[in-house]
Amino acid sequence: MSFLNDVVNIVIKYYPNLLDGVGNTMLIALIGTVAGLVIGLLTGVVRTAPLSKNAVLRVLHKILNAVIAVYVEIFRGTPMMVQAMVIYWGYAFATGGSTLPLIPSGILIVSINTGAYMAEIVRGGIISIDKGQFEGAMSIGMTHSQTMLKVIIPQVMRNILPSVSNEFVINIKDTSVLNVIGVTELYYFAGIIKRQSFETFQTYLVVCVIYFILTFTVTRLLRWVERKLDGNDSYVIFGSQSDSAAEIRISREA
Amino acid sequence: MSEKVIELVHLQKQFGENTVLRDINLSVSKGEVLSIIGASGSGKSTMLRCINLLETPTSGQILYHGKDITGHDMNLSQYRAKVGMVFQSFNLFSNMTALNNCITGQVSVLKRSREEAEAIAMKYLERVGMAPYINARPSQLSGGQKQRVAIARALAMEPEALLFDEPTSALDPQMVGEVLDVMRSLAEDGLTMIVVTHEMAFARDVSSNVVFMSGGVICEEGKPHDIFENPQNPKTREFLTRFLDSHRGNY
Repeated sequence: MSFLNDVVNIVIKYYPNLLDGVGNTMLIALIGTVAGLVIGLLTGVVRTAPLSKNAVLRVLHKILNAVIAVYVEIFRGTPMMVQAMVIYWGYAFATGGSTLPLIPSGILIVSINTGAYMAEIVRGGIISIDKGQFEGAMSIGMTHSQTMLKVIIPQVMRNILPSVSNEFVINIKDTSVLNVIGVTELYYFAGIIKRQSFETFQTYLVVCVIYFILTFTVTRLLRWVERKLDGNDSYVIFGSQSDSAAEIRISREA
Repeated sequence: MSEKVIELVHLQKQFGENTVLRDINLSVSKGEVLSIIGASGSGKSTMLRCINLLETPTSGQILYHGKDITGHDMNLSQYRAKVGMVFQSFNLFSNMTALNNCITGQVSVLKRSREEAEAIAMKYLERVGMAPYINARPSQLSGGQKQRVAIARALAMEPEALLFDEPTSALDPQMVGEVLDVMRSLAEDGLTMIVVTHEMAFARDVSSNVVFMSGGVICEEGKPHDIFENPQNPKTREFLTRFLDSHRGNY
């Protein structure tokens, strides 16, 4: 079984490199997804906010909406690999040769790219919330921003969680394109290991399995979070016998 | 007659070409329970939604203690805290427990402390008989229970007047009873209420005044006894006759 031996040897021999790669891949994917979600929330809130009665604010709001629309179209409409090259080398070109540090560059590129997708996911999440939720909040005098913060965004977060996990999984896999600018993520290390071991198939098979373990674990984990958030379908009446939190006191008459 | 809380003056509302309310004049005094009846599409709900400015009137005035609230200088948030609303579809915040539904508005709008807001919320949840369900989320409650929490949420703001937009139309007959009982007791306590309803028995027995609307205008207005026993307008007569025919025995 020399094939299996090869595979095991690659893991044993190169595990520090592989772990390094996994660490960087997960770091870039995680921060990139969270930052992308923040971008998505901000743009989503801006784009769904009612236009102000003040003429100046209304014009500014419309300009901001247009800027967001352009951002979303450009970053959804071009490959992330090309975006990485353009941003990384564009910075080098503009500054006359100095380059950004690699890992932060990777995080920046993934964040901006994910933000464009998240912008649409969040916008969809906000407009899918029943109009009655807004009206209920308005009817007791809550302002638009209070309503967003306390009522709408928490519901949006729950509703878009499956899409957000999807983006996270996509990012774990797609950080592999960052090897074009030399970011030391998992796929970059695969190239190094291949060149040292001359065992191309075995190397990429190992990397393939590692990617799958990463994405599968993340998917299961986030599914668990979803179930936790949903809680019970039925309600235990406060203070009743079936309420485990209720205190049952038994006193005996003397 | 005591002090006027809400007054509508030449109120008009159009959705595009479609005129839904034409020249509505109406006033509600402190402690009055005003029922608005009429067929679906007659503009009842639109009028109620205008009072809370969920719809912006096309023209006319809405006076709150004599002050026009359609002007730009009016603090809408404070006004809405004073004139609450209960919806047909409850509109409880689905991400919060019953208790938090009643707390949020007090903390955000009235700037009450969390402890104070919780005590007040508990008081009104008890009032509507929902104290055992304070930790339930709306999805875990029945329609009647949801509507009672919604009433508690509105009451927790300690409003001067409460608007009810067909509060029992989405409920089955048994739940209708539990919600109407709560509303009846609020009326007895002297809360100013405007109720859009298809519950004729409630309109007849509980309200101090009844308004019949048809085609976006107020056709008839008067004491419940006069409207129900001796309607003057032929449209009112026709509506009530048809209503009684289809609800024989319930009325």
